[in-house]
Amino acid sequence: MSKLRWTLWVPLALFGAFFVLVASQLMNPASTTVESAMIGKPLPEFALKPANADRPGLATSDMRDGQPRLLNVFASWCVPCAAEAPQLSALERAGANIVGVAIRDRPEDVAMFLAQHGNPYSRIGADDLSEVQVGIGSSGVPETFVIDGKGIIRYQHIGDIRDQDVPMLLEKLKEAGL
Amino acid sequence: MKRLLLLIAFILAAPLSAQDSLPPAPYAYKQLDDPRQEAEAKALMETLRCLTCQGQSIADSDAPMAGDLRHQVRVRVARGEKPEAIRAWLIERYGEYISFKPEVTSSTWPLFALPALLLLVAVFVFRNKLGKKA
Repeated sequence: MSKLRWTLWVPLALFGAFFVLVASQLMNPASTTVESAMIGKPLPEFALKPANADRPGLATSDMRDGQPRLLNVFASWCVPCAAEAPQLSALERAGANIVGVAIRDRPEDVAMFLAQHGNPYSRIGADDLSEVQVGIGSSGVPETFVIDGKGIIRYQHIGDIRDQDVPMLLEKLKEAGL
Repeated sequence: MKRLLLLIAFILAAPLSAQDSLPPAPYAYKQLDDPRQEAEAKALMETLRCLTCQGQSIADSDAPMAGDLRHQVRVRVARGEKPEAIRAWLIERYGEYISFKPEVTSSTWPLFALPALLLLVAVFVFRNKLGKKA
């Protein structure tokens, strides 16, 4: 027994460390938000038909006129999108030009959503196959992208816009305009 | 009475629909006509992560966005694009996370190196033990 060397404990210690690692990761799952890898890259080429009757559709060429914009990915069936509507209106009042991409939505549903929650958008494109959404690396609704005047994606905000995000987004928009 | 009414109201309330009402994309559930192309598309779809239900592949998930991605994959395969090019196109948009296919990168190399290292250690220990007995 006296010959029992300390190295005999190494495998047990390794197993213990492994156990603690697995247990801690199980209890604390990694973040599940998938960030876009398109920041700093140009928007893909697209031309979406209008999502409802009273706003024009949205094409990449509309985004290259030198003016920075917020591109809001939303849907009438998305609950957090309704929650961020007041903040989008606040951004519009502060002078932000906001364009919308409506994901898998019917014109009548979009019209009802806008009638209920206000319409801060200058243009709304209908993305019925989530093609633009995938093209810009967005993984859900709502998400808001800052696009500069050359059509380059500058920033991505994932999830609904809260009160405290409004000044931050205005700042990002200003930076994109420089 | 008020409570009972409230309770009945809760029971009868229809859950708020958090899904879209649009039909699935044309190739979300429809296979390609060419069986060889469909097999290629299927194999690729099984190794792409659904962004809505992240533990599932887009082949397994019924989330609308997974359907739209299956449509994209099938249309691109039908157009003659190589599956690995489509995977690269998606990684360009979402990062490595969207692919289930293991790749050796700066952060994953220990996964490939460790088993080889452990095997070497095992061989070394084994030979030492045998050497002592002989």
